[in-house]
Amino acid sequence: MNDSKKIVPMIKIRDVRKSFGDNHVLNGFSMELRLGENLVIMGKSGSGKSVMIKCLVGLMQPDEGSIEIMSKKIMELDQKELNNLRTEIGFLFQGSALYDSMTVRENLEFPLRKNKLDPVEVEKLVFQALQSVGLTEAIDLMPNELSGGMKRRVALARAIILHPKIIIYDEPTTGLDPITAKEIIELMRNIQKKYGASSLIITHDVDCARVIANRMILLIDGVNYAEGTFEEISTSKDKNIQAFFK
Amino acid sequence: MINLIQIPDKFRTFFIEIGELSYFAGRFFKELFSRPFEYKELIRQCYNVGNRSLLLVGVTGFILGLVFTIQSRPTLMEFGAESWIPSMVSISIVREIGPVIIALICAGRISSGIGAELGSMRVTEQIDAMEVSGTNPFKYLVVTRILATTLMVPLLVIFGDAVALLGSALVENMKGDVSFLLYINQVFNALEFSDLIPATSKSFFFGFAIGLVGSFKGYNCKKGTVGVGEASNTAVVYTSMLVFIIDFIAVFLTDLVY
Repeated sequence: MNDSKKIVPMIKIRDVRKSFGDNHVLNGFSMELRLGENLVIMGKSGSGKSVMIKCLVGLMQPDEGSIEIMSKKIMELDQKELNNLRTEIGFLFQGSALYDSMTVRENLEFPLRKNKLDPVEVEKLVFQALQSVGLTEAIDLMPNELSGGMKRRVALARAIILHPKIIIYDEPTTGLDPITAKEIIELMRNIQKKYGASSLIITHDVDCARVIANRMILLIDGVNYAEGTFEEISTSKDKNIQAFFK
Repeated sequence: MINLIQIPDKFRTFFIEIGELSYFAGRFFKELFSRPFEYKELIRQCYNVGNRSLLLVGVTGFILGLVFTIQSRPTLMEFGAESWIPSMVSISIVREIGPVIIALICAGRISSGIGAELGSMRVTEQIDAMEVSGTNPFKYLVVTRILATTLMVPLLVIFGDAVALLGSALVENMKGDVSFLLYINQVFNALEFSDLIPATSKSFFFGFAIGLVGSFKGYNCKKGTVGVGEASNTAVVYTSMLVFIIDFIAVFLTDLVY
């Protein structure tokens, strides 16, 4: 059966809890990201989405629970192993997080430093990544010379430059006008097709979820409140779920 | 009125911060000797810290020497001790005033700059982006900056001292008819290695403190853009305090040895 390939979990999170003092952000959150799928996680601001992805890439330690990425338990990895694993993950930050003091080219070269590639190969990878997002002409510009949409595309190019197996998008369309947001969503779909990566998309943009999600999870009060396809969730009669689609 | 109940909390916060700063310094020494070495970034930081501070340090040093000589002249003239001006000025500037003033100037320019730069990188998630790309941001951003300030501040102090003496020589040349050559001769007769070595040695510690506190405040910056301003501001205050504490310890130790 063809589905047997698709159920391999790239990311497996089990009963993750994270609190900041009395503020319990994640209350036993669990999920799986399967090979080649686009999983959208939706939730209100402050529902724990960003904390969850920070725990996922090791920027924060959960208080309880387990996180496995490609069958490796990240809490048991030492720094070197974690850094090696991180090269398999592309991360698009909400505010793009381009390095201000570097040109677009240097921003893209930065994740490649670890691999000690020859300059010709580096140049090729940088050009390919920029070509994927349609921004080859911006190669020598500084981030402050780019528009919001261009910054997001450069950040996307940086996220995919190492051809990661997993791409995590943190609010990819937030702060963009509707037209640029659509362009970014289209780019995400193209990249997913081209590289075949599994994508985890954190958003509260319903249009983005509708277009891109193979499956989605609603994160409410630190737990996965609902899980299913976009159609299943958007047609739910639950008031808490309906609030997202009004 | 001071709320007595809050005092222990303030002490607690203070000691926690001292502990965190010590841990940060310990991490710097641990990462300093581990590969890969970020030579390119180190050179860039040395350029930022050193070359870009030259004008400020030069102008400050020149005015310092000029003013110090103009102010001391009348008092020494009363005792007929004008001929002691080059010796007095050079020893004062090289031993004490030069290193401390230039370290304070660097605290204002460099430490706050590092605090603001790293702070804004923290709040805009650039440091997180480095970390998730598999790079060690501490090594790339912090180690290079602390090392650059440790190496460059002593050079800036030497440069500042030299320019201050030039300013002093100019005043002496104009008001006292002392030639530059005679002035320099008197300066070198007055100065000994025991003046130069402690002054240069403590400049390394000033440089280390400037880089360490600026990096610590910026790297651990919280609370958004307000936090960036706070990081920059507190970096200057803490560094200035540390400069005086280091100076006190250096003077105390020098007094014991010499």
